Amino acid sequence: MSDPKKHQDIDKETGVETTGHEWDGIKELNNPLPRWWLWTFYLCIVWGVGYMIAYPAWPLINGATAGVLGYSTRGEVAAEIDRYKEQNADLTSALAAVELASLGDDEALNRFAVAAGGAVFRTNCSQCHGSGAAGAKGYPNLLDDDWLWGGTIDDIAYTVNHGIRNETDLDAHWSQMPAFGDVLEKEEISQVVHYVMSLSSTEHDATLATAGAVIFDEQCSSCHGVNAEGDTSMGAPNLGDAIWLYGGDEATLTETVTYSRFGVMPAWGPRLTPSDVNAVAAYVHQLGGGE
Amino acid sequence: MLNYLKLIALGIVILFSAVASSYARDLAYQVHAVLIMIVASGLFFWTLRQTDEPVVYVDTNGYMDGVIRAGVIATGFWGCVGFLVGVVIAFQLAFPVLNIEWAQPYANFGRLRPLHTSAVIFAFGGNALIMSSFYVVQRTSGSRLWGGNLAWFVFWGYNLFIILAATGYVLGSTQSKEYAEPEWYVDIWLTIVWVAYLVVYLGTIFTRKEKHIYVANWFFLSFIVTVAMLHIVNNLSIPVSIWGSKSVQVFAGVQDAMTQWWYGHNAVGFFLTAGFLGMMYYFVPKQAGRPVYSYKLSIIHFWALIFLYIWAGPHHLHYTALPDWAATLGMVFSIILWMPSWGGMINGLMTLQGAWDKLRTDPIIRMMVVSLAFYGMSTFEGPMMSIRAVNSLSHYTDWTIGHVHSGALGWNGMITFGAIYFMTPRLWGKASMYSMSAINWHFWLATIGIVLYASSMWVSGIMEGLMWREVDAQGFLVNSFADTVTAKFPMYVVRGLGGVLYLAGGLIMAWNMFMTIRGGKHVTAPVGVPAE
Repeated sequence: MSDPKKHQDIDKETGVETTGHEWDGIKELNNPLPRWWLWTFYLCIVWGVGYMIAYPAWPLINGATAGVLGYSTRGEVAAEIDRYKEQNADLTSALAAVELASLGDDEALNRFAVAAGGAVFRTNCSQCHGSGAAGAKGYPNLLDDDWLWGGTIDDIAYTVNHGIRNETDLDAHWSQMPAFGDVLEKEEISQVVHYVMSLSSTEHDATLATAGAVIFDEQCSSCHGVNAEGDTSMGAPNLGDAIWLYGGDEATLTETVTYSRFGVMPAWGPRLTPSDVNAVAAYVHQLGGGE
Repeated sequence: MLNYLKLIALGIVILFSAVASSYARDLAYQVHAVLIMIVASGLFFWTLRQTDEPVVYVDTNGYMDGVIRAGVIATGFWGCVGFLVGVVIAFQLAFPVLNIEWAQPYANFGRLRPLHTSAVIFAFGGNALIMSSFYVVQRTSGSRLWGGNLAWFVFWGYNLFIILAATGYVLGSTQSKEYAEPEWYVDIWLTIVWVAYLVVYLGTIFTRKEKHIYVANWFFLSFIVTVAMLHIVNNLSIPVSIWGSKSVQVFAGVQDAMTQWWYGHNAVGFFLTAGFLGMMYYFVPKQAGRPVYSYKLSIIHFWALIFLYIWAGPHHLHYTALPDWAATLGMVFSIILWMPSWGGMINGLMTLQGAWDKLRTDPIIRMMVVSLAFYGMSTFEGPMMSIRAVNSLSHYTDWTIGHVHSGALGWNGMITFGAIYFMTPRLWGKASMYSMSAINWHFWLATIGIVLYASSMWVSGIMEGLMWREVDAQGFLVNSFADTVTAKFPMYVVRGLGGVLYLAGGLIMAWNMFMTIRGGKHVTAPVGVPAE
């Protein structure tokens, strides 16, 4: 390309000949390709050819070349899952069949259940109940001993299996608090709210609370109990323990009494395996408040 | 006569957009119809006033630099806008409360994110490519831009596209394809503008006075041609109604995903790599005052780059519904692409042979060198991340974000700043930029900003990937997704601070450009004479 007779333009700084062209003052040196660059390039190509022989690569009419290693991404994942499944097979089948109440007697199985349940919880439950299970407004805290639908390990497993107030499972926990805005006057709602606040020793208006006590007795005690201790058979919360699902301030309680609440939890029975349900029940049970 | 045809055409556009604005089925479409009506009306009256007036003489002997001056200003402006939106969304991720309640749904992260990416890639990067390619093609061809005012149509048409795209995102119009979000009518408009761009560019090359086509022009041309092809194929869609912005993609499922990432990867390859290499091949030797290192390397790495890049897209779809064979090919081509990409870096850096001392004194050269260093880093990182095993860790994590920004802020941003600092004094006939120390400040702010950004995202991405895949001895997941989000918070703050520094550098540049253009003594530069 560079005929020395034609152009003898040598760059002074480097002593390298230019190609003889110039554009707006820019010239080009006639340096060869850097050797290391070229050989690395060739090496990459050689490696690429080898890789395409080893792994699935070239599309043919029916499917593609499978590669001599017989590798597939799906196969890789399946193998990893199978390995753990096989490793845990005995424990998993024992967990699926175990009498939950006596799970605590088998230390190895219990440890396995809690580890597995934690993974199930973090994947499926943490979105609502929080990754630390502390809950959020409308989503119960699972760390304390205040249970809406019962805190024995069997109660928890039942709730996980069937859920709460969902349309998909006929055995779901079901109850509905009336919207007292349709039943009581605003004045009366205010009175009962102050009474409820008084139960947990929250700052309240004593006069309103006294009047509210009568209304509570008439309207609320059938579910929440005469002493407002709640009833886990119908998911009626204990109102005296200062633990609130939606909030214990006057405005939130007024909203709750006026419009009611309708918290829903999906039924996890159809989505999880029996051993996973048992595992997550065991995990939640041991968080702190299990009965 | 031509003016009458123009008036008729504009009249039809006004009428159609008026009808469209009243039939509009969604807000974005309606606002766009009104916007187009206003623009067309303005042009109508402007054309009307000029009709049958004596033609003003335009000197067509020199280079056509007015459109490039406009492009330089647009690049500086859109750069600052894009960086600002980037800073906002970076802090929205760290502090979700910044998705301000009263500004919903317009200013939530989901709508601002495409605004940011389009503003920096297409508004900042696109204007930079158009104006610098116009600058370079005239000077290396020794001829004036072909097609007269067609170049102005390209500039204004392209910026109208940006306005339509940006307002569309905020108003909720998107076809949900990354980097190809604008809806069908905006896509059609861009196609028209892009063809005009190609015509101007080719026309100038055809009428060149130099015997050979300079290497920068190969890169620019491959960028223009390939982007046209990518844009058209990836945006094939059928509008639900001619009166609404919504459209339905022609491809579905994994075919759509593959088309999208064929487009997405080559938007990086041809828009952000080939186009900017075109810039590099002119401005680096000019600023250094040195010949290009190797003609052979430039020709080999050019053809290798454009041949290999187009096949590498499937590496964006590892471990998805995409068949393994396609993923393998994408990965292999990405690895082989490593050296051809580095060819550009070697040629750029080695061009400084005999001029390395300028690094001490010239902040513009320093910007270009840092730019090439980041180019080299991200074109090594890219092939590495395309390896299936690496990708299983990096995919969907912040590592990808870090990778993209080391390329975008480092390579594209820095080379563009260098080009702006090179061109601004020359285009406005000044001896130099207003303040050299401001360029120095810009250099350090931007460099530190990039380092904070990229390193925080590397840490965050690798941590996130490791946390996602962490299992205990029995195979159970250790972390919940929310745990990984919480763990990333400090890195998100650092990333935001990096963005603030980069934005500050951009604002200093805008101020420096303003002062250069406004003040200083006027110096006339001679028009280039063909050498041979």
